[in-house]
Amino acid sequence: MISLPIAFALSLAAYAAGAFASLACWRKPAVARRICCSAALAGAALGGLTSVLAILRGTPVAWSVPSGIPLFAYSFSYDALAGFFNLALAIPVAAVSIYSFGYLKEFEGKRNIGLFGFLFNLLLLSLTGVFTAANAFLFLIAWEVMALAAYGLVTFYHEDRETRRAGLLYIIMAHIDAGCLLLGFALLINATGSAEFASFRPIAAQLSGGQQTAAFVLFFLGFGIKAGVIPFHIWLPAAHPVAPSNVSALLSGIVIKTGIYGMTRIFLDSLGGVPSWAGLLVLIVGVVSAVLGVLYALMEHDLKRLLAYHSIENIGIILMGLGAALIFRVAGHPTLAAVALIAAMFHTLNHAIFKCLLFLGAGSVLHSTGTRNMEEMGGLIRPMPVTAFCFLIGAIAISGLPPLNGFASEWLTYQALLAGFGAVSGLTRILFPLAGSMLALTGALAAACFVKAFAITFLALPRAAESRNAHEAPRTMLIGMGWLTLACAALGLGVTWFLPVFDAMTEQLLGQRVSAHLVTSHGLVLSAGMRTSGTVSPLVIAVGLLVLIVPAALLVAIGVRRFGRKRGPVWDCGLPGLSEENEYTATAFSKALRMIFSVLYKPRREIQAVFDVSPYFPKEIRFESQIESTFEKRLYAPLQEFIFRVSSRMRTIQAGSIHAYLAYIFVTLVLLLLFGVRK
Amino acid sequence: MTEVLINSALQLVLLMLVAPLLSGMIKTLKARLQTRRGPGILQSYRDIFKLLRKGMVIPETASWIFSATPYMVFGTATLVGLMIPMTTTHAPFSLFGGVLAVVYLLALGRFFLALGGLDTGSSFGGLGSSREMTISAIAEPAMMLAIFTVALGANSTNLSEMAKVAVGQSWRFLAPSQMLAFAALFIVLIAETGRIPVDNPATHLELTMIHEAMVLEYSGPYLALIEWGASIKQLVLMTLLVNTFFPFGLSSDWTLQTIGVGLAFYLAKLLLLACMIVLVETTNAKLRLFRVPELLMVAFILGALALISTFLF
Repeated sequence: MISLPIAFALSLAAYAAGAFASLACWRKPAVARRICCSAALAGAALGGLTSVLAILRGTPVAWSVPSGIPLFAYSFSYDALAGFFNLALAIPVAAVSIYSFGYLKEFEGKRNIGLFGFLFNLLLLSLTGVFTAANAFLFLIAWEVMALAAYGLVTFYHEDRETRRAGLLYIIMAHIDAGCLLLGFALLINATGSAEFASFRPIAAQLSGGQQTAAFVLFFLGFGIKAGVIPFHIWLPAAHPVAPSNVSALLSGIVIKTGIYGMTRIFLDSLGGVPSWAGLLVLIVGVVSAVLGVLYALMEHDLKRLLAYHSIENIGIILMGLGAALIFRVAGHPTLAAVALIAAMFHTLNHAIFKCLLFLGAGSVLHSTGTRNMEEMGGLIRPMPVTAFCFLIGAIAISGLPPLNGFASEWLTYQALLAGFGAVSGLTRILFPLAGSMLALTGALAAACFVKAFAITFLALPRAAESRNAHEAPRTMLIGMGWLTLACAALGLGVTWFLPVFDAMTEQLLGQRVSAHLVTSHGLVLSAGMRTSGTVSPLVIAVGLLVLIVPAALLVAIGVRRFGRKRGPVWDCGLPGLSEENEYTATAFSKALRMIFSVLYKPRREIQAVFDVSPYFPKEIRFESQIESTFEKRLYAPLQEFIFRVSSRMRTIQAGSIHAYLAYIFVTLVLLLLFGVRK
Repeated sequence: MTEVLINSALQLVLLMLVAPLLSGMIKTLKARLQTRRGPGILQSYRDIFKLLRKGMVIPETASWIFSATPYMVFGTATLVGLMIPMTTTHAPFSLFGGVLAVVYLLALGRFFLALGGLDTGSSFGGLGSSREMTISAIAEPAMMLAIFTVALGANSTNLSEMAKVAVGQSWRFLAPSQMLAFAALFIVLIAETGRIPVDNPATHLELTMIHEAMVLEYSGPYLALIEWGASIKQLVLMTLLVNTFFPFGLSSDWTLQTIGVGLAFYLAKLLLLACMIVLVETTNAKLRLFRVPELLMVAFILGALALISTFLF
C-alpha cells in the first residue's frame, strides 16, 4: 500500500520531471510531446490517488520543512479540502493529457513543444502547490508561478496581436489579484506573527471589525479576480479563447477554481467564517455573475469565447452556494451550511469536468475546421460523430438538465437556497428564493445558449468550405473526451454514491457530516434532508425515460414498417434551391434575446446597401452588428484613463537624471530607517 | 415496489388518455365560444391515430438528433406526468423528482425540440427554436418564484408533499400569496403551452408561429409522438395548477370510491381551467413577439409579490 506523502511527492515529481524533460528535448518534438503528455498523465493519476487516500483517511496530513528564511517554510497540508480540489484537478487533467497526445501533433515542426510541455507541467505543478500549500508565502509563490505559466500558455500563439493583448490584460489582472492577496496575508501575518495557515485559525476571532472587513475585501478581490466574477471578469473571455484548446480547458476548468478554493480556504477555514453581510455579498455577486455571464455568452458566435463566458456563469452558481454556506454558518445552521457547501463544491467539480469536455470538443472542431467562428460551421455531426456526441453530453450537463451531473449540483443549490428562506430571519431571507429564481433564469438561458452552440456548430448544413471538409479528431483526442463524458454521466447518475466524498471536508470546515441525510431509499434517491424536504433521483429519471421511450420506439417502428419512411427535401416554400444560406445563424438565433435585453447590450447595427437603379434591388448588402461591452466602456476605460493621467504626471519626477534617482534612493532609505527605529 | 408499478401504470394510462381529450375539449370550447361548430372533442385522438398510420418523410439534411427528438419530447412529458398527483395526493414517482425535476425535465424535452427544429436547416425551424428558447427562458424565473411560494409553504419541493399540505387547508387559495402565485403560474401556463396571446396553436403563418415552426418538418409517427407529448405537457402543467392551488377531491387513501371521486373532481377542475384558457384565448389578440416579455415580467412581479406576501399576511 502506497502512503499519502509518497504518492503526493511522486505526483509533484512527475510534473516537475515532465516540465524539465520536455524542455530538454525541445529539439525532438515527437519525444517532447510524449514526455509532456505522459508526465502530466502520470502526475494526474498519482494526484488522483493521493486525493482518494486523503479523502478515505479523513484527517489532515501536514508536513513542513523549514527554509531558514523568516516566516517562510515549505509547509504542505493535505486535508480533505485539498484532497477534493486535487480530485477536481486530477479527473480533467487525465483527460486533457490523453487528448494532448493527439492534439499537440499538429504543433510538431511548427511550434516549440518542449516549451509548451514545460509550461504545461509547470502549471499543473503549481496548481497542486496552490491546493496544498499551508504557508502564506509558499501559497503566493505557487500562485505566482501558476499565473506566469498560464501567461506563457495564453500567449503561446504570440504572433497574433489579439493574443498578445489578451495576455497583457491577463497578466495585469493576475498581478492586481496577487497584490490584493499579498496585502490580505500581510494583514493576517501582522496579527499572528506567523505565515502558517494553521496559525491564522486561532487568531481569526480576535481580529477587530475593521480588520475583518479589510481581510474579507482583500481576499474577495484577489480570489474574485482569479475566479473571473463580474465585474472583474474582463480578462477571462479575452485570455481563455486565444490559448491552445487543451490549455483553454485547463484554464476554464481548473485554474479559475483556485479562486473558489482560496475563498473556501480563507473564509471558512482560516478566518472561520465571515460576517453575514459578507456572505450576502458573495451570494449577490454570484447571482450577478451567473446572469450576466450567460447573457454575454448568448451574444457570442466565437465558440471558445462563448464557453469562456459560461465559466463566469458557473462561477456565479458556485458562489451562490458558497455565499449561502457562509450566511448559514454565521446564522448558526452548520448542517445547512454543509449542504450549501456541498452544492458549491460539487458544482465546482462538475463544472471542471463538463467545461473541460466542452473546450476539448471545441478544440477538436477548431483542429478540424481551423475556425472558432460558429457562423462558418454547421453539419459537423456527420464528419465528426463522436465529437458531436461528447459535446452534446457536455451541453446537456452544463445546462443543468437531468439526469447528468450539472442537474445534481444545481438541484442541491436550489435546495440550499430554499432552505435559506426558513433559516434566516429578517427581510434578507426574501433574497434566497429570488436568487433561486435567478438561478432558474440562468439555467434556461444556458440551455438556450447551448442549443445555439450545439445546433449551429454540429447540425444542419455546413456554412463554409472548411466545415465541408472536416474530419474526425484522432483517437487519443476522442478517448480524452470520452472519459469526461463518462464522468458527466457517472457523477449525475451516481450522485448518491459520490456524496460521502464530501463528508470529510464538511466535517473539517463545519463540523458536520451530512451525506447520510442527503441520501434516502437505499441510496437511490437524493434528498434535501432537513428543513425543506425534497427528493430526486437522476438514476430513476434516466431509467424511467428509457422505459417510456422503448414502447414509443416500438410504436414508431411498427408504423415505419407498415407505412414506410423516406428521405425528402426540406420544405422550401416552393422556391427551389434551399441552401446553407437560408439557415438560421448564431446571430439570428440570439436576436430575440438581444432585443429583449437591449438595455444591457445596447446593440448597434449598420446596414449598407449598394444599388444601381433603385434601393429595392440592392447589388450587395453589408451588415454589421455589435453590442456594447458595458464593463470595458463604463468601468475600465475611465479607470485606464485615470491611470494614464496619473502616470503622465509622475513622468515629471522621472527626469532621467542619475543624480535625481540617487537622491530618491537616499530619501527612501532614510525614511525606512526612521520607520524602523520608531518601531 | 409493486404498488409503485401499479400506481404508475394507472397514472400512465390516465395521462395518455386524458391529454388528447383535454386538447380536444379546449378546441371545441373555443370554437363554440366563437360560434363555430368545432372539430369535436375526440379530434385529437383521431389526429394521433391518423398520424401513427402515415408514412414518414425525413429531411435529407437531418441527423440522428432529428429522430431522437420525438422520443425525448414524449418521454420527458410522460415521465413528468408520473411525478404529479392527479387523482390522489400520491404521485407514483413523487419520490424520484419534485417540482424542480418537473421543470428541468420539461426543459430537457424543450432542449431537444429546439435542436430538432434547427437540425433540418430550414429557417422556420431556426425561427421557432430561437423564439421558444427565448420565451421559455424568460418564463422560467416567474414560474420558479410562484412555485417556490407554494413549496416554502409546504416545506417541500415534492409535489405529493405539497398536495398533502394543501389538502389539509383546502381554502388556502384565498390567501393573497396563493392567489398571486396562481395568477403568475397561469400566465406561465399560457406561455409554456403555446396559447394566445403568446403563441397561436392554430396557425402555420411564419410570422406568428413558435411551436408549430419547430415541428414543421416532422411527419407521421414522429409528429404523432410530438403532438401527444405536447398535449401531455399541457395536461401536466394544468394539473400542477389545479391540484396545488385547489386540492378539492384529492385524498390520500386508496379505495375505489376515493379514486372515483378524485377522478370526477379532477376532470371538473381541469374543465374549469380549460374554460379560463378558452376565455383568455378568445378575448385576446396575439401579442407581438416583443410584447411577450412584458407579459412574462408581469408574471415575475406577481410571483415576487406572492413571495413577499407570504410573510406579510
